[in-house]
Amino acid sequence: MRWIWIDKFIDFERGRRAVSLKNVTLAEEHLHDHFPGFPVMPECLMIEAMAQTAGILVGEAKKFQEKVILAKIKKAVFFDYVKPGDTIELEANIESIASEAASTSGKITRSGKLIAEIDLMFSHIDQNLAGKEFPAENFVFGTGQSVFETLLRDILTREKPNTEAQL
Amino acid sequence: MAMSRDEIFTQVQEVLVDALGVDDDEITSEATLMGDLGAESIDFLDIVFRLEKAFGIKIPREELFPAESLMNNSDYVHNGKLTEKGLQELREKMPHTDLTSFEDDPDINKLGDLFTVNAIVNYVEGKINAA
Repeated sequence: MRWIWIDKFIDFERGRRAVSLKNVTLAEEHLHDHFPGFPVMPECLMIEAMAQTAGILVGEAKKFQEKVILAKIKKAVFFDYVKPGDTIELEANIESIASEAASTSGKITRSGKLIAEIDLMFSHIDQNLAGKEFPAENFVFGTGQSVFETLLRDILTREKPNTEAQL
Repeated sequence: MAMSRDEIFTQVQEVLVDALGVDDDEITSEATLMGDLGAESIDFLDIVFRLEKAFGIKIPREELFPAESLMNNSDYVHNGKLTEKGLQELREKMPHTDLTSFEDDPDINKLGDLFTVNAIVNYVEGKINAA
């Protein structure tokens, strides 16, 4: 079972831009320890949410044929706490994409207020790490892509007439 | 777009400060990207992307940093050193870099030292002037 840390996409423009939502709830156990009496979403998990948003955008740009892994956090700046009950919106933009890698810029907002700026770099690992071999199957984007369909449900319904959108 | 060498250097310096998280005074012309500035392989791609944006140019990765493809070819590498054929290839692929001291001892572990700040400035200068 793949660990998915965002709830759904609300906008998706192939190869360009994606916007996802993440609802934060006190049912997430780590919030009770981070911190006792003062639950705030760990910043590393905001980076994870952005990595998933941007990573799926980058993966989809190459039709999920590449194994896309997070290679570098270029920038991560945080401006406010995220607390249980908050819905955060994660917007990722592809800045550059080449056969070996992609770089993205991203913003996290809550009701329009800027929470974080996170810029990332992804590697298409089969095109990199010269000569190293990885399993032939795509362990990043597996054969069952239903989880991506779930995440993209709003987009797919909106674009139903367009068969291109079927991932 | 006409730019002086100093302007190019300043711009390259800015790119490297952002990409590698180093201070601008560490970025001298002779500084090596891997040895002195701590660049890793993914940083090279980051630098390529940033240079493309900063200067509005297109950079095929193997053109600026061609050593990686050489190192995996047995025609070019023998006993940890570049063969004459490998050196020939390197000279062709890195016309902007001074290879004289490397040629005396073409140890592939020293290939990283060839990527200096100066080599990037030379490359960008050539690219902009050609455009």
